[in-house]
Order: sequence, then structure tokens, then C-alpha cells
Amino acid sequence: MATKLPKTDVVIVGVGWGGGIIASELTKNGLSVVGLERGKERKTEDYYMVHDELRYALRYEMFQDLSKETITFRGNEKIRALPMRSYGSFLLGDGLGGSGVHWNGQTFRFLPYDFEIKSKTIERYGKSKIPDGMTIQDWGITYDKLEPYFNKFEKLTGISGDVNPLGGKRSEKYPTPPMKDTPGMKMFSDSCKGLNYHPYHMPSANLSEQYTNPDGIARAACQYCGYCERFGCEYGAKADPVVTVIPVAKNTGKFELRTHSNVRRVLHKGGKATGVLYIDTTTGEEYEQPADIVVMTSYVFNNARLLLLSGIGKPYDPKTGTGVIGKNYAYQVLKGAGVGFFEDKEFNIFAGAGSLGMCIDDFNGDNFDHKDLKFIHGANISYSQTGARPIQNNTVPPGTAKWGKDYKAASVKYANRHINVGAQGSCMPFRHHFLDLDPTYKDEFGDPLMRITFDFEDQDRELVKFMGGKCGDILKQMGADKVVANTELAPYEITTYQSTHNTGGVIMGDSPDTSAVNNYLQMWDTDNLFVIGASAFPHNSGYNPTGTVGALAYRAAEGILKYHQKPGSLV
Amino acid sequence: MANETEEQDLKERKEPDPSRRNFLKNSGYAVGGLIVGGVVGSLLRSPNKSTTNNTNNNGTTENKTPANETVNFNQALMYFTQEQFLITEAATERLFPADDNGPGAKELGVAYFIDHQLAGEWGVNGREYMQGPFYKGETTQGYQGRLKRREIFDIGLQEMQNYSNKKFQKKFKDLTPEQQDEVLKDFETDEVKLTTISASGFFKTLFGSTMEGAYADPLYGGNGNMGGWKLKNFPGNQMSYTKIIEQDKFEKMAPVSLREHLPHS
Ligand SMILES: Cc1cc2nc3c(=O)[nH]c(=O)nc-3n(C[C@H](O)[C@H](O)[C@H](O)COP(=O)(O)OP(=O)(O)OC[C@H]3O[C@@H](n4cnc5c(N)ncnc54)[C@H](O)[C@@H]3O)c2cc1C
Ligand code: SF4
Repeated sequence: MATKLPKTDVVIVGVGWGGGIIASELTKNGLSVVGLERGKERKTEDYYMVHDELRYALRYEMFQDLSKETITFRGNEKIRALPMRSYGSFLLGDGLGGSGVHWNGQTFRFLPYDFEIKSKTIERYGKSKIPDGMTIQDWGITYDKLEPYFNKFEKLTGISGDVNPLGGKRSEKYPTPPMKDTPGMKMFSDSCKGLNYHPYHMPSANLSEQYTNPDGIARAACQYCGYCERFGCEYGAKADPVVTVIPVAKNTGKFELRTHSNVRRVLHKGGKATGVLYIDTTTGEEYEQPADIVVMTSYVFNNARLLLLSGIGKPYDPKTGTGVIGKNYAYQVLKGAGVGFFEDKEFNIFAGAGSLGMCIDDFNGDNFDHKDLKFIHGANISYSQTGARPIQNNTVPPGTAKWGKDYKAASVKYANRHINVGAQGSCMPFRHHFLDLDPTYKDEFGDPLMRITFDFEDQDRELVKFMGGKCGDILKQMGADKVVANTELAPYEITTYQSTHNTGGVIMGDSPDTSAVNNYLQMWDTDNLFVIGASAFPHNSGYNPTGTVGALAYRAAEGILKYHQKPGSLV
Repeated sequence: MANETEEQDLKERKEPDPSRRNFLKNSGYAVGGLIVGGVVGSLLRSPNKSTTNNTNNNGTTENKTPANETVNFNQALMYFTQEQFLITEAATERLFPADDNGPGAKELGVAYFIDHQLAGEWGVNGREYMQGPFYKGETTQGYQGRLKRREIFDIGLQEMQNYSNKKFQKKFKDLTPEQQDEVLKDFETDEVKLTTISASGFFKTLFGSTMEGAYADPLYGGNGNMGGWKLKNFPGNQMSYTKIIEQDKFEKMAPVSLREHLPHS
């Protein structure tokens, strides 16, 4: 029997970006909050030996231990889903700060088009533009309504950047100036200007200069150390929940953080959540934490999985397209890319930062005409200099031997003589892409794993063909001696890293028939339960997700405070 | 069972060349930019203290290393048998051979690196999902076998030996480099038919770990003398690149390893 603990105002499941923001906003406003995080505590001092490519990037030091829990995957419903036994396609956060610790910090705002994608696509191109099976829908909120919350997240994190000339309207500039320009960035920028595109600095959560945020938290400038993505920042320069929101929550005296606490169920009765059931993984003891309000911030997969395991919300059924939990799983379409080789130019690409780069949105969202194209939406195209570390930096021209003398010579020669330009392709949802519980494979407690059913579609292949060509054009204009553009997209596979930009499963919208949460990320069926994260995205845009996750978390925090004053549906 | 020549091989393994010590002596630790993480800055040791990678051996036991020479105590085996070690050493040298650019896998200590990795968590797939049931999946679903890396190396190396004996009537390490390449190629392309493991899968793991051993921080036993990093002009573990990030000219820096982060008396 679980030990029942004293009731709290709010319990949070998972303390990463979403959980951290909720904890700080609610405790600042006087609510008592318990944060349950299944991983360990983290602090800047942990990163004393962090410049270790093997340990952090290839042995996945900071990520979820897959021996305890993983996901299963199949390309379609006809084949058997099998477990992701080792890491590949994406990496799952674990421990205080979640993936917010080892992310790159590329912090974009989704486009106004994204939030009204269905209406705007029909308005401009007609209904027939949306192919059969593509389940895009409006988000139940507009960009303008979300703008103040984007602004809040950017001020919290101190984003360094300049205004996106093709983005949504901004109420304020970025809080800090753009990052420094490297020669590769200048070349990209000049090339894009030559092609009449609109380059701007990638908005960066690695600080360009020292910054104090509205909570009074001061952080130092980024050192361009080159060990950013998959690593923690020893300087605290990278915005991370552990050096921003979590200390603010702790300072209020209202936040009780419990690490090594793995939540297995959300408890509920009569349409209300009553708390959560969790295991202290250090002792194996089971606890019940009652709360007035439950907030789920356990990343896309566990947000959806815990709801299904707990029997909350109607599970999605791909046959009928009804039900909502597990619906509209989407990802990121990244293969449209190019690499340029330079014979006489060496770049200091061992140096870099997670979000150091230049990009364009000329081919993102609906910023270009899709009339004659066989896809909708698009991609942010960028050159980023994130630090080329030697084990993983072995780009060689096609036709080079795959090992041995010639391979070694080429990989050494081009180690610092190449530039990658890539497109971060949006990903549209389809009726047969979804999340549900795996019938066979279990986690360490015997609970079913999350099962992903997903593959790339014609939409994605067309997008890659188009974007790969654009990346190649930019590289040619940059003066590369040899340009290799990838314009082909193979079936989705789970073995090579693409991005940790999984989305959907608990999507937002304006009706309980088609969405799981409203635009405060409040569950339609269970109004004291809030589900926060990219799980709320009805589709994924041509950007990294966290800027939009942060904005939605701030809006949810506001909603929770309102709900605490006056319970009931917020919309 | 190891034969005599193999034992000889192991005995004659050369100690690291003296340039290593000189290099380390000369690699002043220059810290660029501003250091804000107090703990990081304060524990940096001074550049002229304790500059070798190894403990002095004062010759109390019988040892052919002269007194005051440095020995690398890391170069012993945690997992492999001698035979496995020698196959791995020969094979990785073909995958990443010494050439005009610089050292190959053997000189970098790649086979020691792989041995040490197999001895630890990676060798037993410690943080990977290894629960059944096991089914053969689509290639898009990744590795679905029940064998752990150690077992895959045990089988793979044995099969390389068997295949060499069959094809050339010699052990892998005694083949000519061209013959060794042929064997490796036959594994790479699944020309070798194995029932227990995938030959190409084993080849991939062997190749991947060879690259890791060439370029990981020397603390893991490979990348000897930071020779892998020097090949690529990779500066290793530097505190800051703020000063050079905008610069157009390529910056060659003496590499620095993680060892420099701890005080050594
Ligand atoms: C390598 C990498 C690079 C990235 N780079 C970028 C980038 O440049 N830009 C960008 O926008 N995004 C990036 N992302 C994505 C970004 O990190 C995530 O979008 C963001 O962290 C999501 O926040 P979250 O709160 O939803 O989840 P997380 O930050 O992952 O936090 C979830 C937390 O919940 C905990 N948890 C899960 N299940 C349970 C349970 N049952 N009980 C208790 N606790 C639980 C986890 O341990 C974790 O700490 C990157 C991600 C990775 C992995
Ligand atoms: S690149 Fe900058 S933000 Fe990233 S870890 Fe290094 S110092 Fe921190």
C-alpha cells in the first residue's frame, strides 16, 4: 500500500523546462508546489569534467537509462513494434532540468501561420491542398494572443538575437544582442543576401553577454566552448531550468523538490485529478501525493503514457480518427541539407555554441507560395556552428572509401574544411501517426511502454527535395569547391540521431472532440489537470520546439493561478 | 592459447615515445576569456607542475623500463584475451592505419581503449533495453539481438580468426595488410555468413569503436599522446574560444586533455 502524504496545492510530474517554469510562477504567487522528478539533482559544478565527447555525446551520460524505460517503434500498424534498445533518433531527458540541461538553446517562436494552419491553408489554396489523411488543425489560439508569453520566456532565458524579418510581430526586441559572427556565418549571410533571402541570427539561449533576468538571476556570457548540445554548461551561460527557474522556486520556500521520484499514475475520481502515485526509486517505496491541481510536464511520451495508464481522456483510435490521447504524433523532417567542401579554407569549427548560427525563414511556414508545390509548410534553413568534436566529425566527400587509409586521409583533411547547411523541416500530422500503449514491452515496474507508429510521407519527401536544393544553392553561393546536397528522404528509422523534437499526443485545440487540452493546456475532461509540453502541438513547425513550449508553459501557469482562484473551465 | 610469438609481441610493445613527455611539458595551459565558474577556474593546476601522463616507476620490481622512465599502467587488459587483443589491434590498424598524416590505431592505443570499454557498462549494454521478447525487426527498428557487446566481440573476433584460417591458412594478425583488408571487407559486406551475429553489424561496431578510440579523451586509454586530436588539429578541452570565434584565420592550438582539469601533485 502506498503511503499517503499530506496534500499540497499543486504537484508537478517531471521537473524540466515545463516543470521548472510552472514551479517558479506558482510559488512566486504563493502556491505550495511539490515537484516530482525521477532523475537526480543537478548543478553547474557537476560539469567540471564535461568536455568529454565519449561520455556525454556517445555514452549518453545525461539521458534516460533505457534499461529501465524506453519506447517501442513501428513504421506502420501492419508491423510489430519493437523497443528502441539503444539511443538513436532522439534522446530523452532525465534528472533535474530535463532536456533543458543538454539542449542547444536554439529558441524560436513558431509563425503566426502555425497556430491557424488549417484555416490559412484553406484560405490561400483551397481545401484540396490538404491531402487525404493529413490531420492538421488550428491550435485554438493565435500568435498574437501567445506573443506576450513568448516574450516572457525570452526574457527569462535572456535570448540573444536580432529580429526575424519574416517572423510574427514582436512587442519587444530580444533581451540581449546576437551572438558573435564567425566567418562561416558571414559567408552564409552574404550568400543569402545575394539570393535575396532574409538572414538573421539564430535566437540563442547561450548568452551573448552577461544578463540579469526579471527574476534577478544573473548569468555569464557564453564562451563558445564547443561542448553544448548533449552537455551541461559549466558556466551557466546556457539557459537551463537549473540556473533559471528552479532556484527562483526554491527561494520562495514554497517549492519542495523530490528527485528519484518516478510517477506511475495520475489518480482521479469523479472527473477530477486527486494526486499522483509515485515510487521513491532509492527505496522502492510507493507514495501517494494528493494535490488540488496536477501538472504534467514529463515530456511528450510520458505525458501521453501516464494519461493512458491512468485512464484519463479518450484514447485515440486511428481507425475512426476519434479519441484524443495519442493523436497527431509528429516529429521533425531534417534530411533536406547540404555540405560544402572547401579546398583552401579552414574554419575554426571546433569552436562554437549550441545556438550559434545564421538562418532564413524565406522557405518556412507559408512565407512562400506553395501553389505549385506538393507540400505545405516548410523549414528554417540555417548554418549553425555548434562545435565539431572529433569522434563525430568525419564528413568526407561522397565516393571516399568508408574506412582505411583514404578514409582517414579525407576525414582528417576535411575535418575543418567543410560547412553544413540544413533545413529544419516541419512535420504534418497524419491519421495513422499516433502514440498508444505497447501490448508487449514493459518498463522496470511492469507498465507498458509507449508505442510510436510513425513514418515519413510524400509531404515530407517533397519538402526534403525542395529544401535540399535550396541548401545546395546557398552553399554554392558561399563559394564551396564541392557541394553535395541531399534531396532524398528514406523511411523514418530509429537508429540515427535526428532531433529530440517529438510532438503531439495530448494536443491543444478549441474543441474536446478534436483536442485533449484547451489553450491553457487544461484537460477538457479533467479541469484540475494541466498537461504541458510539445505534447500539446497539433503539428510541428519548421523550428525547434522549446520557444513555443516555454510560451505555452507561461500561459498555462497563468491559467493555473486563475483556476486556483476560481475553479472551472478556463475557456 | 597464446603462442610464443604473440607473447613476444606483447612484451615488445613499445613505451610511449619521449616526445610525449616533451610535448606535455611544453603545453602551457593558456586560459582565454573570462572564467566565471569558480570551481572550474580555481582547480586548474599550474602548467609547469607534474606534466607527464604517467606515474614514475622507480624500479623496485624487475622491469625493463629504466628508472624514471614513464610507463603507461593503463596498457593492460581488463577483458580481452591476448589473442582477442592482437586481432583487435591488427584489425583496427587497418581501419585507421598509420600514414603520412600521423599515427594509426595501434600507436594511439585503440585496442586498449576497446578492451577497457568492453570491460565496463558499454560492454554489457548496461543502459540499454535488453528485455525480451526478441524478434527480428526491420532495419528501421535497430538492433534487436539478445547478445551484448562483449559477446558480439567474442564471437566476431573468433569468426575473423576462423575466416582468416580458412581463406589464407593463417591467423588474422599474421596476414599481409592486403589480406587483412580482404577479411574486413568480407565482414563489412556480409560476404562472411554467420549464424549467431551479423558480420556487418560487428564490423560497424568495430569501426565505430575504432573512431572513438582514436579521438576520445586519452583518459580512456586511446588517443595516445592526444595523437588523434593532433591529426585533426582539434584542441581538445579548452575553456573558452571567445577570443578566436570571429577570426578568419585557422587557429592551431596545442591540445589539452581533461587531465589538466585536476590538480596532480
Ligand atoms: C540533445 C538535445 C538538444 C536539443 N536542442 C534544442 C534546441 O536547440 N532548441 C529547442 O527548442 N529544443 C531543443 N531540444 C528539445 C528541448 O530540450 C525540449 O523541448 C525541452 O526540454 C522540453 O521540455 P519539457 O519540460 O517538456 O521536457 P524535459 O525538459 O525533457 O523534462 C521532462 C522531465 O520529466 C521527467 N520525467 C519523465 N517521466 C517522469 C515520471 N514518470 N515521473 C517523474 N519524472 C518524469 C524527466 O526525467 C525530465 O526531467 C533539445 C533536446 C535534446 C535532447
Ligand atoms: S557553448 Fe556556451 S552555452 Fe554552450 S556549454 Fe559552452 S559556454 Fe555554455
